[in-house]
Amino acid sequence: MSIIIENLTYVYDQGTPFETIALENINLEIESGEFVGLIGHTGSGKSTLIQHINGLIKPSTGKIIVNGFNITDDKVKLSEIRKKVGLVFQYPEYQLFEETVYKDIAFGPTNLGLSKEEIDRRVRNAMDIVSLDFEEYKEKSPFELSGGQKRRAAIAGVLAMEPEVLILDEPTAGLDPRGRDEILGQIKRLHDEKKITVVLVSHSMEDIAKLVERIIVMHNGKIEITGPKEEVFKHADRLEEIGLGLPQILYLVNALKAKGIAIDENVIAFDAVKSELLRLVGEKHA
Amino acid sequence: MLRDITIGQYYPADSFVHQLDARFKIIVSFLFIISLFMINDFYQYIPVIIFVMLIVKISRVPFKYILKGLKPIMLILIFAFGINIFLTKGEVILSFWIFDITKEGLYQAFFMMMRLIFLITGTSLLTLTTSPIMLTDGLENLLNPFKKIGLPAHELAMMMTIALRFIPTLLKETDKIMKAQMARGADFESGNIIKRAKSLIPLLVPLFISAFRRADELAMAMEARCYRGGENRTRLKILSYTRKDLIGLIFVGFYITSIIGVRIYL
Repeated sequence: MSIIIENLTYVYDQGTPFETIALENINLEIESGEFVGLIGHTGSGKSTLIQHINGLIKPSTGKIIVNGFNITDDKVKLSEIRKKVGLVFQYPEYQLFEETVYKDIAFGPTNLGLSKEEIDRRVRNAMDIVSLDFEEYKEKSPFELSGGQKRRAAIAGVLAMEPEVLILDEPTAGLDPRGRDEILGQIKRLHDEKKITVVLVSHSMEDIAKLVERIIVMHNGKIEITGPKEEVFKHADRLEEIGLGLPQILYLVNALKAKGIAIDENVIAFDAVKSELLRLVGEKHA
Repeated sequence: MLRDITIGQYYPADSFVHQLDARFKIIVSFLFIISLFMINDFYQYIPVIIFVMLIVKISRVPFKYILKGLKPIMLILIFAFGINIFLTKGEVILSFWIFDITKEGLYQAFFMMMRLIFLITGTSLLTLTTSPIMLTDGLENLLNPFKKIGLPAHELAMMMTIALRFIPTLLKETDKIMKAQMARGADFESGNIIKRAKSLIPLLVPLFISAFRRADELAMAMEARCYRGGENRTRLKILSYTRKDLIGLIFVGFYITSIIGVRIYL
């Protein structure tokens, strides 16, 4: 499933004094099976952009082509698009409403009109992915779960639709480090095993550095930088200027480089930097 | 869809009407409503039309905006129109099946509809040109004398401020939950009335929960800042009548006299 966005512009409250341009002339291509990170300061238009991808917002002008279908065309059935593009909103636990966790996760598949057996399979599968024990949680009310469990249940509700493109808007905001690592690890595994396309919106440069292949940087409703993560993180000054930054470890790498130490520029993830540093230290002592 | 709701919405602009004292505008709105009920014939609407049009013009609120405010009450308008046209007895001019349309009914229907339209446009002008804070401030100030008989003026005004403050917040929240459920394949727009009502459950349950949570959080935040109501609270902006209100008063005086004038002499 590839996503192509052409000349997308979106204006909020058009024709009123509250009119604001949220997105301006966005051109973007996301290939099938890619893991893309979308970063930008608060209000840069990330959330608005991702809502366009599954047809929740209609663009003021421009085209969005998902899997060859122009979803801005009135003839295209949006339900078909939403089946394929799953969107996990910020704080998704606020959308829980059913009496039991099982029923809530089954809400999406039920709307797709699937058979009982298929729904059951999908719910089990989705709960397995987010590591919620099926037997333990299926009959519980979603409102008696802890914050982290609620989040998992809500994410499972989208995963149960078995989308080919998964978009997550800050899925780990407000979670503790362990919950965060677990959820992100599960998403990464899902991407690696099922080859689904993932778009991850995040404010954590560490998570982005660890998980994604390509980064899209947004600033004031426009795409500022896009490219492989190694390339994007070379624009340290610009990223800081627009209220973002680098993963902590890269500040160390840059400081070492400034001292004239020949460290590999393309290592980004924490572990990779660690072994690179050990290699350098080893060379010196050898 | 939800963005169409303009009742209680403020339209920011820097006009003469916007600058008038909130208390003055509230009183004028009351007088305006009373004046509408004094009218007992069509031609008496002439001063009303002139008055409303002039205020709209001066307030710089786009006319489109005011018309938009009528949209949500369309159903009530049609209903009132229907009731009046079919249920007023008198000289029959048209009849079909069990319905009789009378001359008096037609007259009454149009007359009532005009009254309703002016009622809504006139009063929505108050909220369109007065920010919610000013409005509740003004209300509190006007209700203050009734404190002596035990009316909790400050608390009432605070409740109103909070209610108004949360209209856009809850609308935004509704929008967000709706989208989240639509992303899970929920359909709010098709099906018969029972199916549609059922489809609202995934929207209403989270909305209620979030409204209660917000109320809880707000109460806690107010408590944390030692809020304890009316006595001795001071304000950042103190209401004061200005020369503008005097000009406004003269203008309103003209209006009231003309209404009474047409009522008596025409």
